[in-house]
Amino acid sequence: MSERPTAQMNMKKPMAQNVVRLGWILFSLGILICVLGYWTDSRLAAFHNIVGFLFLTSIGLGALFLIALDYVAGSVWSVPMRRVNEFLAALVPFTALLALPVLFFLPEVFSWAKAESAVLDPVVESKRLYLNVNFFIIRFVVLFIIWTVFYYVMTGNSVKQDLTKDQKHTRWNIRLGAAFMPVFAFGITAIAIDWSMSLEPHWYSTIYGVYYFSGTVIAALAAATYIIIQLHEHGYLQNLRSDHFYSLGTLLFVFVNFWAYIAFSQFLLIWYANIPEETVWFIMRWKNGWQAVSILLLLVQFWVPYFMLLSQESKMNLKRLKFMSIWLLLAHLLDLYWLVMPTYNSGVPLSWTMIGVPSLSVGLTILVLAWNMKRKNIMPIGDPRLKRGLEFHL
Amino acid sequence: MVEKTLYSITALFNTPDEIILAAQKTREAGFVRYDVHTPYPVHGMDSAMRLSTSRIGLFAFIFGVLGAVSTILFISWVTISDYPLVIGGKPFWSWPAFVPVTFEVTVLSTAVLSTIAMIVFYFKFPNNAHPLHDTAYMKSVSSDKFGLCIQANDPMFKEAAVKDFLRKIGGREITPIYFDPDEIDHGQTLFDVKFLGVLAVVALTVSAVTYFSLNVLLKIQPFNWMAEQNKLKAQQASPLFHDGIGMRSPVEGTVARGYLPYPFKGKPEEAGNFLVNPLVPTQKVLDGGKSKYLTYCSPCHGNFARGDSRLQGQFPSPPTLQSDKVRNWTDGRIYHVITEGQNAMPSYAPLISPDDRWAIINYIRVLQRAQNAKKSDFK
Repeated sequence: MSERPTAQMNMKKPMAQNVVRLGWILFSLGILICVLGYWTDSRLAAFHNIVGFLFLTSIGLGALFLIALDYVAGSVWSVPMRRVNEFLAALVPFTALLALPVLFFLPEVFSWAKAESAVLDPVVESKRLYLNVNFFIIRFVVLFIIWTVFYYVMTGNSVKQDLTKDQKHTRWNIRLGAAFMPVFAFGITAIAIDWSMSLEPHWYSTIYGVYYFSGTVIAALAAATYIIIQLHEHGYLQNLRSDHFYSLGTLLFVFVNFWAYIAFSQFLLIWYANIPEETVWFIMRWKNGWQAVSILLLLVQFWVPYFMLLSQESKMNLKRLKFMSIWLLLAHLLDLYWLVMPTYNSGVPLSWTMIGVPSLSVGLTILVLAWNMKRKNIMPIGDPRLKRGLEFHL
Repeated sequence: MVEKTLYSITALFNTPDEIILAAQKTREAGFVRYDVHTPYPVHGMDSAMRLSTSRIGLFAFIFGVLGAVSTILFISWVTISDYPLVIGGKPFWSWPAFVPVTFEVTVLSTAVLSTIAMIVFYFKFPNNAHPLHDTAYMKSVSSDKFGLCIQANDPMFKEAAVKDFLRKIGGREITPIYFDPDEIDHGQTLFDVKFLGVLAVVALTVSAVTYFSLNVLLKIQPFNWMAEQNKLKAQQASPLFHDGIGMRSPVEGTVARGYLPYPFKGKPEEAGNFLVNPLVPTQKVLDGGKSKYLTYCSPCHGNFARGDSRLQGQFPSPPTLQSDKVRNWTDGRIYHVITEGQNAMPSYAPLISPDDRWAIINYIRVLQRAQNAKKSDFK
C-alpha cells in the first residue's frame, strides 16, 4: 500500500532548467578561466589543476566508496539516498579527463619529472623506480579504468534492479563492494602520493594516503548531504525523515573528527621526532603567510564544524546541515590548496585564476547530476531494502 | 514476612515492534510513570514514548569539558612547575604532547562520570538498590524479552485496571513487583558497614593471594621493565667487541669536556710560579669555597685551617695551614698540593674540580687573614 506512491513519487524527474543553466554557465566559466590560466602562467595553472583534480576525485571517488561501504556494511537507512551517491560517482571518468592537461606540464610541476634534476639529486634518483613519468601515467590510467569499471558495473546493477526488483543485484553489489575496498585503499593512497606528496619528492609521510582519504570522505559526504537536502526540499527525494538527515550529519561529524585525528597524528610524530627532512614540510606551511592558512585550516576543517555539528538538534536542522556541507566542501578545497600550493612558491599565491577550479567543479557536478537525473530514477525503487530504509527511525 | 509495597506491574513482549506499539498505547491511555526495558536500544522508542530530547548529551559534554580542562591544567602544572624535564629539547609546555593524553582522559571522564551520574540519579546515591533488581522480569528483559512496567505511583494506577490494560495490549507474564521500603530508602546504602567490610576483605584477600602466588610461590616479577634492562653493566663482557671487553676506553687523545691536562706534574715550584688564581674572591666564590673546604679539607686541617682536627695525634698529624710557609706560598703552589697531594695527603684532583680548588684556596686565604689579622682590620 505504501510502496506504490513512494515509487511513483521518486521516479525520473529532470532537474529544474535554471539550475542546469547555472551549471552550464559555471562550467564554461571555469573552463574559460582555466584555459586563460594556462595561457598566462602555465605552471600556476597546472598547480590549480591538480587542486581541482584532487577535489573532484574526492567527491566522485568518495561517493563510489560510500556506495561500496553501504553495500558491504548492509546499511538500510542509506538506501533511499543511494542514487545521489551513484550520480556523484559518475564524476569519476570526467575527473580523469580533468587531469589530462597536467600531464603536459609534468616537469614544470614535479621536480622529479625533470630529466636533469635527478642526476644532481641522489635522493630522487633512489626513488626513480616509482617516481618516473611512464609509471606515473600508467598508474593514473590503470586506476581510473578500474574505478570506472567498478562504477559502471555497480550502478548498472542498481539501475537494472529498478525493473527486475531482483535481490541478486544487491548480492552482486555486496561482493563488488567488498572487492572494491582494497582496490580503493591502494588506489587512493597512490593518487595521494603521486599527485600531491610527490610534489616534494624528498619528503614522505606514511599516513599521507589516509590523510587524503579522510578529506575525501568529508567532501563526498558533504556534497551528497547538500544535494540530498536540496533535492528533498524541492520535492525530489520525498518521504525522507529527520532520522536520515541526522545519520548523514553524524557521519559528517565522525569524519570531521577522523580528519583531525589523522592530521594531528601526522603532525605529532613529525613534531616529536624533529628530523629536518620531515619537519621541512610543516615549516614550509608555517612561513611566508602560510601560517595564517594553517591556523585557518584547523579552525575551518575541525573546530568550527566540530562545535556546529556536536549537538543532536544541529544534525536535524536542515538549514544548518546544508550550510555545514558547503562549509566542509570549502574546507576540503582549502585543505587541498594547503597541501599542494606551498610547492609552487614560498608565499601564498593568490590569483584570479584560482576561481576557475571551484567554478568548474560545481558546474561539472551540476551537469553530471542533471544528466543522470534525466536517465535514472531518483530512488532505487527496485531495491528490496528501500521500504525498510524509508521507514528507518532512530 | 516483612511488609512489602507494590512498586509496579510489569509485562513482557516478544518483539521490538510489539513493545513500540505497547509503549504508544500506554502513552495514549494517559499513563505518565511507566518505563520500557529492552535488551538493546530499540529504534523509534523515543518517539513512541514521546520522550523529550535526552539531557545525557549535555551532561556528557560538561563531563568531557571537565576532563579536558582538568587534564590540561594538571599536565601544565606538572611540566612547568612541579617536575620540569627537558624532553627532546622541547619547551616545558609542549602542547602537542598533551593532546593524546587530554583526548583519552576526556573520553574516560565522559564515560565514567556519566556512569556515576546514572547511578546517582537511578539509585539515589548512596542507595544501591532498585525495586526491579534481581527480579525474573529484569532477567528476561536483559536477555531476550522486551518489558513494559507501569509504576504504582502513576496517578491513574489501579492494580486490577492496569493488569487488564496490559493484557489487552498483548503483554504476557503480567507480574506485580513488590519492594521493601526499608531496603530502598535507607537500608542498603553503599556506606553499609557490612558491605564495606566485605569489600575490604575481598581487596585484602586478592592482594595477598596475588602477592604470594606471584612473588613467593612462582617467583615471578610481574613488572620488572626497569630492573632487567637489556644493557651492558660495568665489568660485563661484551660479545660485540673482538677483545670481549664491555667497558670501552675513549679513543686515544680524547679530551673530556671542560678538562684541561695538568702541565706541572711533579713540578711544585713551577706551578707556584706560573699558576694564577683565576677567581675573584666575591661573596659567592667564598661561600662555595667554604662549603668545599668544610667537606674535603676540614676533616684533617681543621675548621680554621690550624691543623687542629680530631685526627691530631692519632695519625701523622695534619699540618696547619697558618704557618708562615703556607701563608707565603702562592695560590698556584697550594693548587699544586691539592692537585697532586703531598706526603700522606692524596691527590684531590678526582674529587674537586679546578674551579672549586681555586675557590677553596680563596677561602684558605680568608681563614689565614682571620687568624693573623692586622691592626688595621679591627677599625
